Amino acid sequence: MLKILKYSFYDLIRSRWSYVYFLFYLILGFVLLFLNNDVSKAVITLMNVIIVLIPLIGTIFGVMYYYNSREFTELLLAQPINRTSIFMGQYLGVAGSLALSLILGLGIPFLLYGLLRSDAIFDFSLLLVTGAFLTFIFVGLSFVIAISNENKIKGFGYAVLLWLFLAVVYDGLFLMSLIVFEEYPLDTFSLVATMLNPIDLSRILILLKLDISALLGYTGAIFKKFFGTDIGFLVSMAILVCWTSLPLLVLGYKAKRKDF
Amino acid sequence: MTITIKDLHKQFGKNQVLKGVDLTIDKGQIYAILGPNGSGKTTLIKSILGMVLPDKGHITVLDKPIKKQWKYRKQIDYLPQIANFPPNIKVKELIHMIKDLRNSPSAEKELIDLFGLGPFLDKKLSTLSGGTKQKVNIVLTFMFDSPLLILDEPTTGLDPMALIRLKELILKEKSNGKTILITSHIMQFVEEMADQIVYLLEGDIYFKGTIPELKKQTGQTSFEHAIATLTTSENHAENTEI
Repeated sequence: MLKILKYSFYDLIRSRWSYVYFLFYLILGFVLLFLNNDVSKAVITLMNVIIVLIPLIGTIFGVMYYYNSREFTELLLAQPINRTSIFMGQYLGVAGSLALSLILGLGIPFLLYGLLRSDAIFDFSLLLVTGAFLTFIFVGLSFVIAISNENKIKGFGYAVLLWLFLAVVYDGLFLMSLIVFEEYPLDTFSLVATMLNPIDLSRILILLKLDISALLGYTGAIFKKFFGTDIGFLVSMAILVCWTSLPLLVLGYKAKRKDF
Repeated sequence: MTITIKDLHKQFGKNQVLKGVDLTIDKGQIYAILGPNGSGKTTLIKSILGMVLPDKGHITVLDKPIKKQWKYRKQIDYLPQIANFPPNIKVKELIHMIKDLRNSPSAEKELIDLFGLGPFLDKKLSTLSGGTKQKVNIVLTFMFDSPLLILDEPTTGLDPMALIRLKELILKEKSNGKTILITSHIMQFVEEMADQIVYLLEGDIYFKGTIPELKKQTGQTSFEHAIATLTTSENHAENTEI
C-alpha cells in the first residue's frame, strides 16, 4: 500500500492542479493577512472560504483522479497486490496531497506574519485540522461515488450533488425545520443535526473557538455549552473521525466485490 | 496442471457471459483462446487473474484455489488488451515502478534492446504511438520470470519486425517450460504458435484440442476455414472476429 501511496502522491504532486491549489491558498493567506492586518479576523474569513471550498475541491479531485487512473488501476489489479491496498493507497495519495497543499499554502503566510507570537495559534491550528479532516472525508466520499458508478458523467453528477446537499441544501432544510418547529424545544435537535453534517460541524467547531460566538445568541449559548467544553470538543473530533472512516469502510467493501 | 477451472459462471447484469466453463491448462504448452466477440474470452482471462469475481465455480492456479487470494498473481505475467498507461510518467519510470511493485528480479534491459525502445525511455507515455505503447506493454510483461504468461491480443499494432521478435520471445519462454495463454484475432499467428485451441462460444467451451484435430473434426484443410466452420455450424451469422 505504501508503494501505491508513494506513486499516487508523486504523480499528484507533479500535476499542475496541485500547484494551482497550493498557490491559491498561498495567495489567499497573504491577501487576507495584509488586508485584515489581524490573524483572528483572517481566520474567520478563511474559515468561510475553506469550509465550502475544501469539500468541493475534495469531491471533484477525488472523482477525477479515480476515473483518470482507471486503466492504470486495472494494470495494478493484475499485479500481486491486494485490492484494498490499491484503493487505499490511491485514496491516501489524493487526500494527502490536497491536505498538504492546504497546510503549506495557508501555513507559510501565517508563519511569515508571525503566527507563533500571536495567541490565535490554537484557532489557526484548529482551522487546519478541520480542513484536513474535511479533505479526507470528501475525497473518501468521492471515491465511494466513483467506484459505484462506471459512468463518468453520473459519477461527477452525484459528487457535485453530494457537495451541494451538504454545503448548501442541508443548511436550508435545517433552518426551515427550525422555523417550522419553533414552538418545540429544539436544543438537542439542532445539536444532533449539526453533528450529522461534517461541514456544519467544522464550522461550529471553529466559530465557537473565536470571540464572535458571543453574537450567536441563545442557541449559541447552548452550542458553546456543548462544543466549548473538552468533552464536546472530543465528541466532535470523534464524529469527524467517524465521518472519515465510514467512506473508507464502504470503499473497502465495494473494492473487494467489484469486477474490473 | 497449471490451471483448472470448474463450472465457471459469470453474469454481468442480465448478460450471462460464462455458462459453466470447465477447462484444464497443462504445463509447458501454448493455448490459444478463441471465439467470436462477446464469447467471454476476456472475462475468462480476468477470472483467472482475479479481476473478475465469478458468480459460481472454482479456479485453481498452480494447484491452489485463488478465491480471495492475491499472492498467486506473482506467478502470472499478464499483458492487458488495451494498454492505457498513466500519461504523466516516463517509460523508464513506469518500468521502474512495476519492478518496484512486484519486487522480483527482472530482465528489462535485453527486452528494451530487442524492441528498440532505448530512444523512448525518457519520453512520456502519452506521446508514444500505439505500437510503441504495445512494445512497452510487452516489455513490462516479459521482464519477469513467472511460470504462467497470459497475453491478451499481443500482436495489436506491432510492425512485422516486432512481431517476429515477439514470436521468438514466446517460443523461447515455451522452451523454458512456461505455460502460455494467448487470445488473438490473427489466425496465422495462432496457427504458428498454438499447441492447443480452446474455442469459446456463447459462454461455453465449444471445442478444445490441437489444430490437426480441429481440421479433422470440421473436415477443412485450412485452419482459418476450420475456425470459420466452427462458428457457422452453430448458425452464428453475426460478425465473427476471426
